[in-house]
Parts: sequence; C-alpha cells; structure tokens
Amino acid sequence: MKPFEIVETPIEPGKYTEYVLHAGAGAVTVFTGHVREWTHGIRTLYLAYEAYVPMAEKKLAQIGAEMEGQWPGVKVAIAHRIGEMHISDIAVIIAVSSPHRKAAYEANEYAIERIKEIVPIWKKEVWEDGEEWLGGQKKYPEKGIEQK
Amino acid sequence: MIKVSYFARLRELTGKSDETIEQQSMTVRELLEWAETTYPGFGKDTVHVAVNEEYALKEDVIQSGDSCAFIPPVSGG
Repeated sequence: MKPFEIVETPIEPGKYTEYVLHAGAGAVTVFTGHVREWTHGIRTLYLAYEAYVPMAEKKLAQIGAEMEGQWPGVKVAIAHRIGEMHISDIAVIIAVSSPHRKAAYEANEYAIERIKEIVPIWKKEVWEDGEEWLGGQKKYPEKGIEQK
Repeated sequence: MIKVSYFARLRELTGKSDETIEQQSMTVRELLEWAETTYPGFGKDTVHVAVNEEYALKEDVIQSGDSCAFIPPVSGG
C-alpha cells in the first residue's frame, strides 16, 4: 500500500490503521465513507467513481502534509476507491494517529472536507431511472481552487 | 502541441478522454474558451484547469508540451 492512494479494489481498513499506528500514538481515528442507498428520498442503485489518478494521489499527499503542519505529530493515510461500488462499500478511508485524541479527531474531519474541495475525483449516482455526475455548479474562483 | 484530458461529465460530453491541440502557447482562459466553442455546453465558468497536475489560474500561460486536464466540480468522498 501507499499512504496516499487511489485504488480499484475493495478497501481493507486494517492496513491503513496499522500504517499510522506507532509507539508514540495515543489515539487513532479511522473514518470510512460508504455508499448510501437513500439520498433525499432517491434510491441509489450503485455509484461509479472516476479520478485523475496521478493528480488525485498528489492532492491526497498534499492534504496529509497540510494536516502534519496544522496538527504536529499526526501520521496520516488516505485511500479513495474508484470504479463501480455498491451499497455499503467503502469509498474512502482516512486513518489518523496522534499523541492525543483531539488532534486525531480534528485532523480527520479536516481531511474529508479538503478531499471534497481539491481532489480530482468524481462520483456518478446511478438510480433506477437515470444517472448524474455530482458536483456543485460552482463558479470558478478567481483566486483559484486551492484558496480556502 | 498541448495535451488535454477530460473526466466525468466532460469525458461523456466530448466523447473522448484526451486529445491534442496544435498550439504553441495559450492562456488557461483561452483554453477554456476554445473548449466552450468546440463543445457547446462545456460550462467553462464551472471548470478548473490543471496544468501538469497542478491547478492553474485563468491568466496562467500553457506552453507546448504541457499536459492539461479539465477539472469539473469534484465530488469525491
């Protein structure tokens, strides 16, 4: 495994947890994002994720570096799966270890917010009667997408 | 020659994953305008451009040999 990776096969949480665990870690938070069946009353049959893989892996690593800068002492692993996924499959995993729990919680939430902002990954929802690529119709920010 | 890649909605709209443009240099803004003209419905105001795997600004200049990607609104997670 790589600590920041896009994968095409089912995500096994254990290896990411093991990767971040070390003797100085007093807390490990593991977030897994799953495929949900119902969204606003509409039933999803399956999701199809696509990524610009080399850039997506670079951006995941950038998020990891941002986390280490903001919460010194954290160790991070992030993986996102692409391809077709069905209800309850793991689409994303974020594992964070830290000497103390507060940083592990906070850094973990920061990671998922940043993934939704800057990582070139796209989700298509497929329903019984149609399909759609998700992603808000956001205007191009003049200062660029990296701006927070 | 500038290489461009399409993903998600834009890959389906254009019917291709990538192509090359015979240009020596152009700005990101010009590239987006070219895409909008070539592929009606492209939605250039919602699309970002990455040049060599880094997000670029509209006034940035793309050179021959650069690899560009059109990035529609992301929806990972």
